[in-house]
Amino acid sequence: MIFYGQRIQMYVMIREIQGSLIRLRFIRDKGVKTAIDTIKEIGKPETDPTERVHQFLEYVTILPQSMDPAGIVWKLEHILDIREDRFKDEVRLMAPSADETNVNNLENTLEAAAALNIIYKVIRHFYILGKKTLSLYIIMQIQMLLPLIMREAEAYSSALKAFSYGQPIGDGAGPLVAAKLMHGRRKKKIEKDCVVAKVPLEGRTTYVIKAEGPGGNVGKPGEAIKRVIEETDGKVATIIMIDAALKLEGEKPGEVAEGVGAAIGGPGTEQYKIEESILKYKIPIHAVIIKEDIGDAVSPMRKEVFDAAEVAIDRVKRLIREKTKEGDVVIIAGIGNSIGVGQ
Amino acid sequence: MDEEEKPVRRLSSIVLIIIVVVLALSASALYQAIDLYLKQDVASGYYLLIGFLGLAFSIYMLLQTRRRMRRFALKTTPVTTTITCQKCDFKNLREFERGDFILKEVGSCTKCDGTLLISAIYRELKEKVKEERF
Repeated sequence: MIFYGQRIQMYVMIREIQGSLIRLRFIRDKGVKTAIDTIKEIGKPETDPTERVHQFLEYVTILPQSMDPAGIVWKLEHILDIREDRFKDEVRLMAPSADETNVNNLENTLEAAAALNIIYKVIRHFYILGKKTLSLYIIMQIQMLLPLIMREAEAYSSALKAFSYGQPIGDGAGPLVAAKLMHGRRKKKIEKDCVVAKVPLEGRTTYVIKAEGPGGNVGKPGEAIKRVIEETDGKVATIIMIDAALKLEGEKPGEVAEGVGAAIGGPGTEQYKIEESILKYKIPIHAVIIKEDIGDAVSPMRKEVFDAAEVAIDRVKRLIREKTKEGDVVIIAGIGNSIGVGQ
Repeated sequence: MDEEEKPVRRLSSIVLIIIVVVLALSASALYQAIDLYLKQDVASGYYLLIGFLGLAFSIYMLLQTRRRMRRFALKTTPVTTTITCQKCDFKNLREFERGDFILKEVGSCTKCDGTLLISAIYRELKEKVKEERF
């Protein structure tokens, strides 16, 4: 027992990974089936899209070389633009009857299925490698991360369902706040997949920006903010960004917090653009964040998060009153995925 | 729409064979025990013990496998759509339907002819409130 203790421990860990792997495969297969069924239902394709969906799941994105990091933001943005266009073209081919909203939703659905596929394949890789080499360290590192990986996989599984039905997700908290502020006002399309509305608020002129809904997309809020700043010749008193942020364990979902800086996630290109623009004109930037965990961020919106939108609006109004003067120009940007959120 | 996902993992055939064999052996041991008891043989006690142990083992195995299978089910929470009238206090809650989105106009109010708007779409989680120490 003393000599074989480590080996027994290793077999126990392998067995645990095996169990999780079976569950991951179940989640992945379920996700792919949901995606195919949704494409068939909405897109009404003439041929069976199964093969094409499986090809889609295997798409890779090769990120730009970073040995000479100067200009990498634009290179990355270009690659991501190509990726998005390619994905949308694929979806249009798979689902010819889908309108633009459904194309966006289907693209999100397929991306969630692809994420589940990659999680399954990576865990399978380490499982097989661990069994082949019988290396405790390969097996141990994956076994230790398993609870977090499983949580993420279950979150994606939930997201897939939400995307296929077009339900608002937790990440849409920012666009929800913006939508409530701009509702009933004239909207203008601005930059890629974003809308802006001029809204008088607390005696100031605010430009409210969000990704265009109700299709699932995040738009290019950085580009939109930059455009509004340039159109107003940099005469913007402050920028307020509202976004969903990951909460720590122990914090309640839907808690609202404030801070400074560009509240935006993603690959970083949009954050970079915002920071460049505000630096040029020395514009102060404030953040209002709505806390939720990773599962809630990609699952259908929780009631707590939905209710937090009203709290966030009150905070935005208070910030405007405290940080600006009457007649000033303010930019309010609701950041996140606009799926299921109109304007 | 929000039905509980059915588990796909079936009972492994090897496990099923083991359970069936153990069940059959336990039944035969119990039969032997009764037979020997009627013949007033002391060995009947041993057979009885083996029979009950086998029975308990197979039932435990079955329950364990069922529990593991249930773990494979994916939980889905129903999503609610709230429709409110822009003019009066009319409010209607229903299950989410494909095509619903927040701020979508869905016709006019039957009470006041005002515009009906989807004002909320959310899922409500009924979590047990536990007193946290920290």
